[in-house]
Amino acid sequence: MDANKLAEQFQQKIDADIKIEPQDWMPDEYRKTLIRQISQHAHSEIVGMLPEGNWITRAPSLRRKAILLAKVQDEAGHGLYLYSAAETLGITRDEMYYQLHSGKAKYSSIFNYPTLTWADMGAIGWLVDGAAIMNQVPLSRCSYGPYARAMVRICKEESFHQRQGFEILLTLSKGNAAQRKMCQDAINRWWWPSLMMFGPTDNDSPHTAQSMKWKIKRFTNDELRQKFVDVCAEQVKFLGMTLPDKDLKWNEERKHYDFGPINWEEFWNVVKGNGPCNKERLATRVQAWEDGAWVREAALAYEEKKSARKYAFQNTAKSTENAPAFQ
Amino acid sequence: MIIMQEQTMPAEKENAQKAKIDALLHLADDSLIMGHRCSEWCGHGPILEQDIALTNIALDFVGQARNFYQHAAALLQQLPNDMALALADFDITPASITEDSLAYLRNANAYKNHLLVELPNGDWAQTILKIFFFSNYRQILFQQLLKNSDTQLAAIAEKSLKEIQYHVKWSGEWVMRLGDGTDESRERMLKAIDYLWPYVGEFFNCTEYEKTAFELDDTSIDLLKQTWLNTINHTFQLATLPEQTFGKWYQSGGKLGIHTEHLGYILAEMQFLPRTYPNAEW
Ligand SMILES: [Fe+2]
Ligand SMILES: [Fe+2]
Repeated sequence: MDANKLAEQFQQKIDADIKIEPQDWMPDEYRKTLIRQISQHAHSEIVGMLPEGNWITRAPSLRRKAILLAKVQDEAGHGLYLYSAAETLGITRDEMYYQLHSGKAKYSSIFNYPTLTWADMGAIGWLVDGAAIMNQVPLSRCSYGPYARAMVRICKEESFHQRQGFEILLTLSKGNAAQRKMCQDAINRWWWPSLMMFGPTDNDSPHTAQSMKWKIKRFTNDELRQKFVDVCAEQVKFLGMTLPDKDLKWNEERKHYDFGPINWEEFWNVVKGNGPCNKERLATRVQAWEDGAWVREAALAYEEKKSARKYAFQNTAKSTENAPAFQ
Repeated sequence: MIIMQEQTMPAEKENAQKAKIDALLHLADDSLIMGHRCSEWCGHGPILEQDIALTNIALDFVGQARNFYQHAAALLQQLPNDMALALADFDITPASITEDSLAYLRNANAYKNHLLVELPNGDWAQTILKIFFFSNYRQILFQQLLKNSDTQLAAIAEKSLKEIQYHVKWSGEWVMRLGDGTDESRERMLKAIDYLWPYVGEFFNCTEYEKTAFELDDTSIDLLKQTWLNTINHTFQLATLPEQTFGKWYQSGGKLGIHTEHLGYILAEMQFLPRTYPNAEW
């Protein structure tokens, strides 16, 4: 079958909402786009463990400590599902790590911001996991089967993440003056970077049209961002806190909140590696990988020895089977 | 005679109660500090799957710590306030005695964990070996606790044992991989044994409060000690690591509040928020 025909059939499947599976034919660009997007997503989960992992040893109650540990562990699990989903497209996990460590692959820029107080655990859960949910719920209907299925599992856990974050902030908002200040300060610092998580505006997002045609993407960056602003503008009222945007205002005509301009210069700088923690985060990942090299080698060597022994044992077992029985 | 008995009984009961609380705090502190050290690996593990496994173990330890602290707090709440405060040996007087005040408002010298658990993680070999030694000790101790007359303690031990069995298996498999892996991994295991072995003697150097609360006598302690050593040596043999024996000299003091320099740093990090804002809710 010629390529045009295959491409046509492929698009028909997409249009009919039939999932694409690993063994199915797919255009090279579709495969490449997915590998890039899923691996970036996986890297974000793994790098994302660091800013929160920071506070596990300093969590202010045992209950919070246990919840935070479980949350960060979930993120590692998300990374695992996503690496596995990407592997179905013909790339290995080690290759993806290599791309991350060499700076070739990106991860969500949000994790290049520092976690400075305990309230940041609340703000990250509420805003960062909240924005992730906004992005990821449509992805659970994505045209590529393994990615969509990974997202279904992930989204279930993300909503717990968001709830625990909001609960941290709610508790702080009812606390003493220092706690309330901590709460507002964290919201101030995480609000704008969270809005940037939806990516550049539609005008500056050249891949959006193709991704939507392939149903990798279901909504544009700006649509999702607007939805997020609308939800958060209401939720923040429960905290008795404010979002740091003087232009934030309900627009009766649009039936949406208007909001102020995003600092795209900051966004592109953080993407390019000039954020407050880019170098640290990447160095930490590289260090963990390099420090672990001897462990991985040992595990491999041991498995080889074990299977060699097993093989030798099977052979001896066989030869005794055939040997004449002792009288 | 009857009057005499009535006078001595409460004193005996008081001692038993005191021993029980010390023992519960000892178990809780062990669990919490183990959990703390394991959690330091979160996000830094050598293999993603193992990062998840170790975080899970950290979570188990924090869960166990909470169970023991909660049980201790419930017992302390039944006592006259000044007696309870003195028994828990708080550094800052808490608004109420809870799992959190017990974890966050006691000083290092009130902590009763084994020295072993507070030692730094070091490399993967050292961390694995520490978990291996400790969880094997826990396993045989908790099997003993299943029969304890404190049914709550027995119930926590039973629940924890399911987790501990996994810790024993997981760490034992790693001991074999590293011992019988590469030259480097073996070298690192030998170094880890060298570093940690002086601290394992403390497991079986039982305090009075352990003997009373865990219902142990010298014979049963000796049996635990021998069982533990055999188990360790069995895995070491499979891992092609040298057989170990107990030396005459070992490091101890943790169970009575005399710690290494490491615990102070752990607590400074762990406790700073509740100490900065006493009585705040989190
Ligand atoms: Fe996640
Ligand atoms: Fe999350």
